[in-house]
Amino acid sequence: MKITAMRNAVTRYVHDGDTVAIEGFTAFIGFAAAHEIIRQGRQNLTLCRMTPDLIYDQMIAAGCARKLIFSYLGNPGVGSLHCIRRAIEKNIPRPLEIEEYSHFGMVGRYTAGAARLPFFPLKSYLGVDINRANPRIQFVTSPYSDENIAVVPPLNPDVAVIHAQRADANGNTQLWGLLGVQKEAAFAAEHVIVVVEEIVDEAVIRSDPNRTVIPHVVVDAVVHQPFGAHPSYVQGYYDRDNKFYQEWDKISRDAGQTQAWLDEWVFGVDDWTGYLQKLETREPEIRTRLAPGQALSRPVNYGLYGREGA
Amino acid sequence: MADYTPSEMMIVCSARALAGERVVFVGVGLPNIACNLARRTVAPDLELVYESGVFGARPARLPLSIGDPTLVSGATSVCPMSDLFMNYLQGGRIEVAFLGAAQIDRFGNLNTTVIGDYRRPKVRLPGSGGACEIAIHAQKVFIITRLKKRAFVERLEFITSAGHLTGRPNQRKSLGMPGSGPQRVVTDKAVFRFDADSGEMFLSSIHPGVTVAQVQAEVSWPLKIAADLQTTPPPSPEELRLIRAELDPTGMYTT
Repeated sequence: MKITAMRNAVTRYVHDGDTVAIEGFTAFIGFAAAHEIIRQGRQNLTLCRMTPDLIYDQMIAAGCARKLIFSYLGNPGVGSLHCIRRAIEKNIPRPLEIEEYSHFGMVGRYTAGAARLPFFPLKSYLGVDINRANPRIQFVTSPYSDENIAVVPPLNPDVAVIHAQRADANGNTQLWGLLGVQKEAAFAAEHVIVVVEEIVDEAVIRSDPNRTVIPHVVVDAVVHQPFGAHPSYVQGYYDRDNKFYQEWDKISRDAGQTQAWLDEWVFGVDDWTGYLQKLETREPEIRTRLAPGQALSRPVNYGLYGREGA
Repeated sequence: MADYTPSEMMIVCSARALAGERVVFVGVGLPNIACNLARRTVAPDLELVYESGVFGARPARLPLSIGDPTLVSGATSVCPMSDLFMNYLQGGRIEVAFLGAAQIDRFGNLNTTVIGDYRRPKVRLPGSGGACEIAIHAQKVFIITRLKKRAFVERLEFITSAGHLTGRPNQRKSLGMPGSGPQRVVTDKAVFRFDADSGEMFLSSIHPGVTVAQVQAEVSWPLKIAADLQTTPPPSPEELRLIRAELDPTGMYTT
């Protein structure tokens, strides 16, 4: 039984100076965890994410990070991440060290981390400046041909936060939709906090084992936090709150407005329940606005073997 | 005044360039509308691939990003990003890919990383995302960007994605790049292609109402011009109807 309150999970598994990966590619972004990390005043984190998105824009504006490891710096479909740009271009609120890859490079880093390999080879970084800007990207010669191939080092975060649709109380976690690098990040990390929309019975998990992306053995804590990925989305549960992504573009352009937003929406509430209450006070119909229609998958027959029949 | 916007012209040009193609790597915004238009016109069998891990998307609405949930529902396959980059892209399954750029040089090399010094940037841009490896592995690359002098530069400040490098023959191949590199640059004023021997961009078609001088004015190097320079056929009523009624009814990307 690993069900934990978010506050306790963060207190226990996220420490100052840690390397932290809160992944989720456009979907499943763990904002509830990020806000709790900000509220608890964590410092000097090395933040890893393929796409830092609004979540790291907020954490970096709040001064949680000393370093960012990433592959695409943008507000998806909207524009720039202004807080991260301020940190990189103007050292506001503090200098931010960056370690930059391409998407494939980040995927490779997590993959090597998950498999405890010394490096991951990929056909990339040919004829470009990315590897000049980041000396951790190296080239080796294949032992089987004379091909020169790029390698990236493993990434093993101290803690990964994985948002998903559902898990059982023991941490067996099922995801569908954009899988991103959720599995690799979980297997690569020293500790894993899983945050889910629903806690389900173990029998639900066992009825569809192909959908179990993360098994209990790599999970330390399970946090039940419905709507915990807002303003990003969870496939089949709620849509992206694009209005907020556009609103953030305006708020984040100004350091003062950004701080005021953090004061109100992160420091001004006790927890994610408080955030959701504020959200629903501001827009009572928000859940209806973001509710998707239904598109059910057809059930499959896994077969029953060894009891009756076969 | 033409009865269509420059963005609509770019979308239509890009869509037509996909005639007969089967597997396209899609970016958000204009490429997304272009690929969906192509599937309804010149390339009915087109499979839309998104770096977020979607193969064969059938978006029911205009995706807000390359990770929009509408890309998942009804797709042929949704896979981890490791599969997408290793097996689909590096495995050579992508026929055409669209890339955008903040800066492009005459050989189709692209900068989406930084303006100014990397460590002390004047403007920090998004970086590679998947573009660096897409530019290496896609069999063909189409670049879609607006024609502006500060974008079409003599020398890139940072190479994020490789085009035809310095234009030396077989340079891409000798570095181990499977893809043939950029084949077209679609802009709001003209379409450019690349010389097979020199790897250099040349003006191949200008949009109706645009002059060669207007194009040259937005390009920082002396532009080579095709001997048989064409005028781009304007969007057809049916192409415009599909864009306006079905693909981007709110005009988010087309106005």
